[in-house]
Amino acid sequence: MMRSATRMRSWRLLALGLALAGIPYGLPGSYYVNVASQILLYAIFALGLSVLVGYAGLVSLGHAGLFGLACYGVAYLLAAGHGHSIAIVTSLAIAILGTAVFAALSLRTTGIGFIMITLALGEILWGLAYRWISITNGDNGINVASRPSPFGLSLASAGQFYYATLLMFLLAVAAVSMFVHSPLGAALRGTRDQPRRMNALGYHVWMIRFWACLFSGLLTAIAGILFVYYNQFISPQTLALTSSAEVLLMVISGGASTLLGPIVGAALVVTVKNVVSAYIERWNFMLGAIFVAIVLLMPEGLVPGTARLWRSAARALRGRSDLPAAVGRTDPQ
Amino acid sequence: MTFWLLLAVNSITFGGLLFLLSAGFSLIFGLMRIPNLTHGSLFMLGAYFGASLALGYRGAAINFWVAAVVGALLVAAVGALIERLLLRRLLGEQLAQVLVTLGISFMIADLCLMGWGGDPISVATPPEFEGFARIGSLVFPIYRLVIILVAVAVAIALWLMLDRTRLGAMIRAGVDDPEMARVVGIRVSRLFTIVFALGAGLAGFAGMIGSPILSVYPGLDTDMLPLALVVVILGGTGSLLGSFVGSMIIGVIYNFGQALLPELAYFILFLPMLLVLVLRPQGLFGRQLP
Repeated sequence: MMRSATRMRSWRLLALGLALAGIPYGLPGSYYVNVASQILLYAIFALGLSVLVGYAGLVSLGHAGLFGLACYGVAYLLAAGHGHSIAIVTSLAIAILGTAVFAALSLRTTGIGFIMITLALGEILWGLAYRWISITNGDNGINVASRPSPFGLSLASAGQFYYATLLMFLLAVAAVSMFVHSPLGAALRGTRDQPRRMNALGYHVWMIRFWACLFSGLLTAIAGILFVYYNQFISPQTLALTSSAEVLLMVISGGASTLLGPIVGAALVVTVKNVVSAYIERWNFMLGAIFVAIVLLMPEGLVPGTARLWRSAARALRGRSDLPAAVGRTDPQ
Repeated sequence: MTFWLLLAVNSITFGGLLFLLSAGFSLIFGLMRIPNLTHGSLFMLGAYFGASLALGYRGAAINFWVAAVVGALLVAAVGALIERLLLRRLLGEQLAQVLVTLGISFMIADLCLMGWGGDPISVATPPEFEGFARIGSLVFPIYRLVIILVAVAVAIALWLMLDRTRLGAMIRAGVDDPEMARVVGIRVSRLFTIVFALGAGLAGFAGMIGSPILSVYPGLDTDMLPLALVVVILGGTGSLLGSFVGSMIIGVIYNFGQALLPELAYFILFLPMLLVLVLRPQGLFGRQLP
């Protein structure tokens, strides 16, 4: 049964991949392909954060700092004259090391304390990007001259970059799916729901959370590297609290503890942001308003929320159709 | 010598502003168990309200201090509305409350940008406190000394209020054990509104009296919020003394850092927080919250 579930998941993943691979052919121009690339790279970022928010119950408001760490790593190393592979590998290492420090500090608490510490750490990384001008070039940001060409394949055009992002996205979805269904993922959910019992059962709660943070940081760093190559530019704005909040909104609006939720959330937020920015300047106001509305009206997120509405609608329909049969039958409950 | 002295005065002044900001933050945290992420926005809102009142319309300006108090009252009203209309609906759901405060902070920031534009507004120092005081060969900017005095006065008033009055006793009871406080007949939910409005008002007041030094600009909110967070992590939540000591430490580190290592000023703030988190996670004067 386990194997058939795994096979089912792989089939779904394959179908999703094929559908997404067709997107550049179905869209009218490179602008839309670029929006699709943005959605996929933010989906990787949101999946990374959802590992913490959904499965560990740890809400981070500093993830844009880790994202930016990977971005600045690549941009700085490239500007210093290193090659793409060195820049990518080193910045992955830097981002994971940064995540380890981040986790070591913030995992001293959970719940609200975790939010506060991650927020403060994220702001410190932002402050560094903004002020440490000799490294980061301050507000002017750093330009990235070219995209890499892995195995001789150029990623210069929108379509080519889309396929690279899609590949990383599918790998990320597979990795998160495997992680969630692995014993470590189950243990992580255990630490979310019953940390004391997990501790009593002999699990090292702190270590499990630490690994979850590292995994989340890895996905965040991958998304960051894609982002810096996508924009070919990085500035402190990417690390601002607004960016952390945006990705948290993606996770929460879609549904944090589902695989599909963060992806739907990323698609929603990136689409709304692109559409709204085209008409009005008030994206931040919209972001805040959507946040408040989601938390007040659909706190579990769109994917579980819609599923709930769908189930109750289906039940209502079914209930109406077998109403005659139900008359006179005593309900066992 | 003068350089160091001025730096020290600036540090204590900034510490005083931080205290006004973080005292409310810390009280709200202590009572409601949530970090109020709108606190930076309320600071900025107070500064904008006050600046508009003090600069006036077609020459019909209001006295600086009256503007500061009226601005603070307006911000307190905004705080009370946020608590009544939004946070109240999410009672007991801390995560949701935090996310709502975050959402509101973005909305306030954007509304301020819409209303007051993107250019910084500079507010003149109140004329009665312009210039410098000379003590022997030493020179002090008067207005900064006034801010220190105001902060100390507010600290004493807050302490008296918390320690000596019935309301203060109820707030302390609510901070220590909300369930028991409810059982003995204290309307904790009303305390929430009072404390939230008080904290908001203090933040707004700090925004206005800080405006001759900091000026008022979009982004002031996200500049101040992390400082309040760091102060409270450092000093411990729900503790007035903790906010005071934490504010002074951060004020000193921030100003000396700015002057001596401008590129890393923001990073140096991180060091005391790191030490406290490692050695005393509940903060210098905090108790472990249940």
